[in-house]
Amino acid sequence: MGYGAIVIGVSSGGLNALMKILPSLPENYPIPIVIVQHVSPRSDGYWIESMNRTCRLNVKEADEKEKIERGNIYMASANYHLLVEKDKTFSLSTEAKVNFARPSIDVLFESAAEAYGEELIGLILTGSNSDGALGLRKIKEEGGLTIVQDPETAESPSMPAYAISTTSVDHIFSLEEIANFLQTLGEGN
Amino acid sequence: MAARDSTEIEIDLLLEAIYQKYGYDFRQYSDAHIKRRIMNRMVLSGYNTVSEMQFQLLHNKSFANDLLHDLSITVTEMFRDPGFYRSIREKIIPILKTYPFIKIWHAGCSTGEEAYSMAILLTEEGLMERTTIYATDFNQRALDDAKQGIFSNTLIKEYTTNYQAAGGRSAFSDYYIADDNMAIMNQNLKKNIVWANHNLVTDSVFAEVHMILCRNVLIYFKRELQNKVHKMFYESLINGGVLCLGSKEGMYFSELKDAYQDLDPRQKIFKKKY
Repeated sequence: MGYGAIVIGVSSGGLNALMKILPSLPENYPIPIVIVQHVSPRSDGYWIESMNRTCRLNVKEADEKEKIERGNIYMASANYHLLVEKDKTFSLSTEAKVNFARPSIDVLFESAAEAYGEELIGLILTGSNSDGALGLRKIKEEGGLTIVQDPETAESPSMPAYAISTTSVDHIFSLEEIANFLQTLGEGN
Repeated sequence: MAARDSTEIEIDLLLEAIYQKYGYDFRQYSDAHIKRRIMNRMVLSGYNTVSEMQFQLLHNKSFANDLLHDLSITVTEMFRDPGFYRSIREKIIPILKTYPFIKIWHAGCSTGEEAYSMAILLTEEGLMERTTIYATDFNQRALDDAKQGIFSNTLIKEYTTNYQAAGGRSAFSDYYIADDNMAIMNQNLKKNIVWANHNLVTDSVFAEVHMILCRNVLIYFKRELQNKVHKMFYESLINGGVLCLGSKEGMYFSELKDAYQDLDPRQKIFKKKY
């Protein structure tokens, strides 16, 4: 079965973790990737430019109404929730913080689960809160594939641990295993 | 035709009922956003289906008010995106100074924080006396709060930081009186603000103005509705007038994008061409 999108939720320790996964993906990687990284509301997005220089895929902020397409890694903007519509375009929202976060991982994951159903892969990485746990459960309920970073290998273990306690996830991997798995998945997609 | 998801059918019917009974039209709002707001209210109120909410919406006025309030996003802050206000000061004020009187339309002002921010900025630039700010929203509850100009004291620290980052020329505390809980904005800031109920979706052109601010409102609309509102803004602006959108809103998808020139693309400030 082909996958339509990968959604990733990550918080504290996130840049290091993402840098161990994303640069290894080839520029013709067939599955678009959408990421909520918790950042300060005042972040200017410079770190996205710096990631774009390191990755072979195109790393950019997700624009409102933008169509989700392969070849891209989309990052949620600071201070805006990011949602996926049924027609595989993005919506932004400034509604109240969810789990003390804007952007919130749950908001992205729950809307993406509705849009992609079983063609979605959800991935929770390092973080010191509980955001993303409900979203990951929703992905599982809709038949998608769920992966969580092994809490023992995470810089901040509580976000992965919380996700694992809430959902019977499909895979618990180290960052290296996640990178390999995503590459293999791309080859078969 | 493939069968649709029951919840989606129920949401469509709920939005139709809101429109027919209360006149608020959310039928062209982004689906994912609307669904999220409605499901939130459903869980909060302890209902299992949207259909159960349909009954409450039609027969329980206080439930209807809560739901309508949920569907209007009232999150805002003073000097939100300080870089935007800095840009207004540097790039737009010189343009506004050339007019003998100035009319500004703040569409979707919510609880008024940004209208007060603009009043402070215009006061510091010596323009407030000859300016009228028309601050409008469809949410009467938010508008009533805005008119009061009373904000929670817990937010003042953040607002002060924003004000300073926006290039404020005074002390932010010059503009309010505070006690332990509340900060009350100075009365003279309100003198030239006209608060009015106006619905961007169902009402028509509001006034002829020199500048429109509509920040983080259009993101909730589907493209067709965005275009309709853009047309209304275009008709409301004088030639050479200025349109200010939210930091993640662009003109890319607007049919009118060629009718404007970029004044500050990063801050989403546009000028209507002559």
